[in-house]
Amino acid sequence: MKELKRLLPYVRRYPRPMIVGMAALVLAKAASVIVPLVLERTVDDLTLGVTVSKLALYGSLIVGIAAVEGFFRFWMRKLLIGVSRFVEFDLRNDFFARLQRMSPSFYQEWRTGDLMSRASNDIGAVRMVLGPGIMYPAETVLITLGAIAFMLAISWELTLVSLAVMPVVSIAVKEFGAVIHKRFETIQEKMSDISALVHENISGMRVVKAYAQEDAQRRKFEQENESYLWSNMGLVKIWGAFYPLLAAIIGLGSAVVLWWGGRMVVRQEITLGQLVAFFAYLEMLTWPMIAFGWVVNIYQRGAASMKRLAAILDAGPEIVDGPDATVSALNGRIEFRGVSFRYTSASGDGGATNGAAEVLSDVDLVIEPGQTVAFVGRTGSGKTTLTRLVPRLYDATEGQVLVDGRDVRTLPLETLRSAVAYVPQESFLFSESIRDNIAFGKPSASDAEVEQAAKRAGLDTDIASFPNGYQTMVGERGITLSGGQRQRATIARAVLIEPPILILDDVLSSVDTETEERILNELSGVLRKRTTLLVSHRISTVKQADLICVLDDGRIVERGNHESLLAEDGLYASLHRKQLLEEELNRI
Amino acid sequence: MNAPFHEEEALGKIYDRRLMRRLLAYLGPYKLTVVFSLLLVIAASALKLVGPYLTKVAIDDYITQGNVEGLDLVALLYVLALVLQFAISFFQVYLMNKAGQRVMFDMRRGIFAHLQRLQPAFFDKNPVGRLVTRVTTDVDALNELFTSGVVTIFGDIFMLLGIMVVLVYLDWGLALVTFTVLPALFAVTLIFKRRVREVYRKVRTRVAMLNAFIQENIVGMQVVQLFRQEPRKFAQYEDLNRQHQDANLESVFQYALFYPAIEFLGAVAIALILWYGGWQILVGGLTLGGLVAFIQYSEKFFRPISDLSEKFNILQGAMASSERIFKLLDTEVTVASPAFAPGASARQAERGSIRFESVWFAYRNEEWVLEDLDLEVRPGETVAVVGHTGAGKTTLTSLLLRFYDVQRGRVLVDGVDVREWNLQDLRRQFGMVLQDVHLFSGTIASNIRLGDREITDREVAEAAAAVHLDGFVAGLPRGLEEEVKERGSSLSAGQKQLVSFARALVHDPRILILDEATSSVDTHTEILIREALERLLENRTSLVIAHRLSTIQKADRIVVMHKGRVREVGNHQELLARRGIYYRLYQLQYKDQEIAVRNPY
Repeated sequence: MKELKRLLPYVRRYPRPMIVGMAALVLAKAASVIVPLVLERTVDDLTLGVTVSKLALYGSLIVGIAAVEGFFRFWMRKLLIGVSRFVEFDLRNDFFARLQRMSPSFYQEWRTGDLMSRASNDIGAVRMVLGPGIMYPAETVLITLGAIAFMLAISWELTLVSLAVMPVVSIAVKEFGAVIHKRFETIQEKMSDISALVHENISGMRVVKAYAQEDAQRRKFEQENESYLWSNMGLVKIWGAFYPLLAAIIGLGSAVVLWWGGRMVVRQEITLGQLVAFFAYLEMLTWPMIAFGWVVNIYQRGAASMKRLAAILDAGPEIVDGPDATVSALNGRIEFRGVSFRYTSASGDGGATNGAAEVLSDVDLVIEPGQTVAFVGRTGSGKTTLTRLVPRLYDATEGQVLVDGRDVRTLPLETLRSAVAYVPQESFLFSESIRDNIAFGKPSASDAEVEQAAKRAGLDTDIASFPNGYQTMVGERGITLSGGQRQRATIARAVLIEPPILILDDVLSSVDTETEERILNELSGVLRKRTTLLVSHRISTVKQADLICVLDDGRIVERGNHESLLAEDGLYASLHRKQLLEEELNRI
Repeated sequence: MNAPFHEEEALGKIYDRRLMRRLLAYLGPYKLTVVFSLLLVIAASALKLVGPYLTKVAIDDYITQGNVEGLDLVALLYVLALVLQFAISFFQVYLMNKAGQRVMFDMRRGIFAHLQRLQPAFFDKNPVGRLVTRVTTDVDALNELFTSGVVTIFGDIFMLLGIMVVLVYLDWGLALVTFTVLPALFAVTLIFKRRVREVYRKVRTRVAMLNAFIQENIVGMQVVQLFRQEPRKFAQYEDLNRQHQDANLESVFQYALFYPAIEFLGAVAIALILWYGGWQILVGGLTLGGLVAFIQYSEKFFRPISDLSEKFNILQGAMASSERIFKLLDTEVTVASPAFAPGASARQAERGSIRFESVWFAYRNEEWVLEDLDLEVRPGETVAVVGHTGAGKTTLTSLLLRFYDVQRGRVLVDGVDVREWNLQDLRRQFGMVLQDVHLFSGTIASNIRLGDREITDREVAEAAAAVHLDGFVAGLPRGLEEEVKERGSSLSAGQKQLVSFARALVHDPRILILDEATSSVDTHTEILIREALERLLENRTSLVIAHRLSTIQKADRIVVMHKGRVREVGNHQELLARRGIYYRLYQLQYKDQEIAVRNPY
């Protein structure tokens, strides 16, 4: 339950609705406990003799009280449940803000589905604690106290007798609660077994079909399904008894009141009206007792969910602003000084399964402003990782990455990243218009700027063919772009912000060589003016670069320009030969 | 991974007759249980009416008469009614839950069975996670509908009617006066229902929008951060969040209005009873006990109505879930066995032959992966298929096993079109080893045997030995019975391959399809795999998508695929001499292996 403590600051932000709502709750409950008193007076007056107009008065009194109660109940709900929605809003904001601060390594560790379920289910469960979780217990306490006080005022003897069953109720709730909780956990386990089986079955569907294992799989599923069924029935047996039992025990109180209280009326220790009022109070106590178990459940779930939320809310971003605020603009001289890197998370990139493998080892490299440097090498040689260190998607494990002679870790992220346009391998577009996607980094860009960027990325003719031109929506609610179109859109996005440093990570892999050449020609004007890091599998892409670095196993094994590397007849030359062969093959 | 929340957007119906009818059909097999449960509900509801009446009797006949002894009997009856009510309720809840759980069991079984029938093309389009949800969460959402929804509503309706009958019986005049609140009650409930439906739809849409936004931002977070658009995206998010909050506050408002309104009408009813009933007592038309009973009945009358909102929630959830479930169940099975498939014995003539005749195939539209492809594998022959990435090699295996159907041309196995085979019979002809080895949870032995219960432990052990898995298995504490953890993460890539070899071997197929893995393994394992491969290819028709030079060289024929067609056929030396596609492929892909093999250390 201590997990829920961290909700207090959130609730404290809304003192007014909370206090007023609570006051409304008290007043509403105060009004409702008066009603039996009116009944008592009416019944007693009826036994003693009364006028019709007085009866009408009692009737109006009941309606009047109900109106007051209704008024306060309205505000109680509106304000108290309202607060829970306010806090939910704040929690959602904090959650999202936290996600925005987390670095790529966080997203490697956490699956999207997991984060999504926290953002929806867990926030929902926590909200329940604040809304119904506050209102119902408060109601319960007030009603219980109020009803019992009035019952005592009528007769302490009858109160004791009628409430003799109360300990039984609380014992029942406690005992049943423990068993229910346990059986519920079993059900959850069985449920995840089923879920795992289905998951495995679907991911292995081809094997299942190839070996005609459908029936065998069905049998296996049948077993799990059956075991889930029986664990559910185990809960049903308890659950089925729980509420009827509660109702019976509480009903027993009424029977006792009828039997004992009736005698008291006959003995004239209480009036008949008081007996009727007593019934009314007992009736009032029914719902809170039944709600008790439900509220406990809300708190248990809420605490578990809060714990899961806290895991995200307390996650510290690995990559934070550097302290040096003196630099405002960067020229784009990049230096790697003895850089080594390993991915720390278990699910490291580039196929490193043990996580400890070094992806980069002792890389030294200087790139002058305006230079175009290309990185080639096999998959997993460390090309991508090297470029990722510049905009600080990751920080070097050892050594330093410097921009304009300053360690990137000392710079504010804003300063650093506004100087770097990085186009990652996976071209990601938002479900917005193509225009908004291109102008993503500079929403204020003019139409001319957007069109120029599109032209440079070789996307302009494609856009002209889209149904709504630049306003065409992309993604789920719009058109689906081809891989090549997506890549070019992401290039346009980067080119538009005109950064001093441009990093293109294998961004032309989905376009054919001809289109590639055309785009490179268009881009050459852009590239000449800025420091460019170019990662590619294709020799044709990197041929023109000022400097080509060949990476192998995390080290720069060859460096030079196209001609000098060919002359060296090493890895680059062999890559070149293979590529010529591939091109030949493609032409056949 | 694309927006699993998206599809929920459009669903907002509280009640859909078509869906409901289909759902209720599932109760069919348990008709008797359901009917019995309904009868019990009626009995339980009737028993709930006993209490107030006994109170009336106690007041009128005993308490006001000063007859204390008679109270004992009344109290006893009261307790008896309670005990009966408890017993009946328990039994009813148990029965109904049993039926409900059975229904869900059947549904899960039905969904799973349907999934087994669906073609791979379906799984290409639908993320695993979403399908798992259908079997688990969505089915569970129906739980409440079957267990508390349907039956409780029935019980509630019966109780409302029962109360009305009893009231009329007690005093029809007072009953009529009390009933004057009913029109208002219906009006309030109807208005509430309509409003809450609109608000509910709004909430659902906004939740979907919010979730889709979060999802998109999680996936694209790196881009947001690199372009420093966090503040802008946050502002957009906050706007959606606020819309979501507003919709919810609207729903809070509706509920905040509904509950007090119902309570108020209840109070009006009681006021009417006090006024008119009291008057009748004065006149002598009603007893005091009757008045008390009236009050207690009217309290019981209003409870189910204010519970209505809860019932709405149950219905809404169930409708949304069942719509998704039925949508899955309605997905057409496009690859199925023909209505009449001749038995395997009819094909003795051409055992173990494969033929592709002018096959055209595309996964999407007209993007042809295979264009007019012809290929034949004769019984007992080993054919190696080679080609550059994207040549369409793997597609061949998918067509043979009829994972997909060709658009034009024919694929023949044993001289019979695969579309005329019984699917299971067809697939039983093949042993298939895929590039990515899929291991099921269970033991190594169960992964070799799969579901075939006729395969003995001894055969499993022999197969394991034949593919050189025995050395590795011997080192495990429980040998072949060792658990495979988390889909084989405890096994190396090479070991997994050997397990899949053993799997194919033990099933002793007439035709072997092997898609060689490209992942590199250490030299020792490489040698084991090669020897195991030889053993596997012995004495059967084999089609190998080859990546190993050694495999290619041992094949009877090499078929070179290029851009969806067979371009060259021959043996290694012939093809090299031709200096065509194979020659280039060899230099590109296999030549390095030759060097590596010559100097394994």
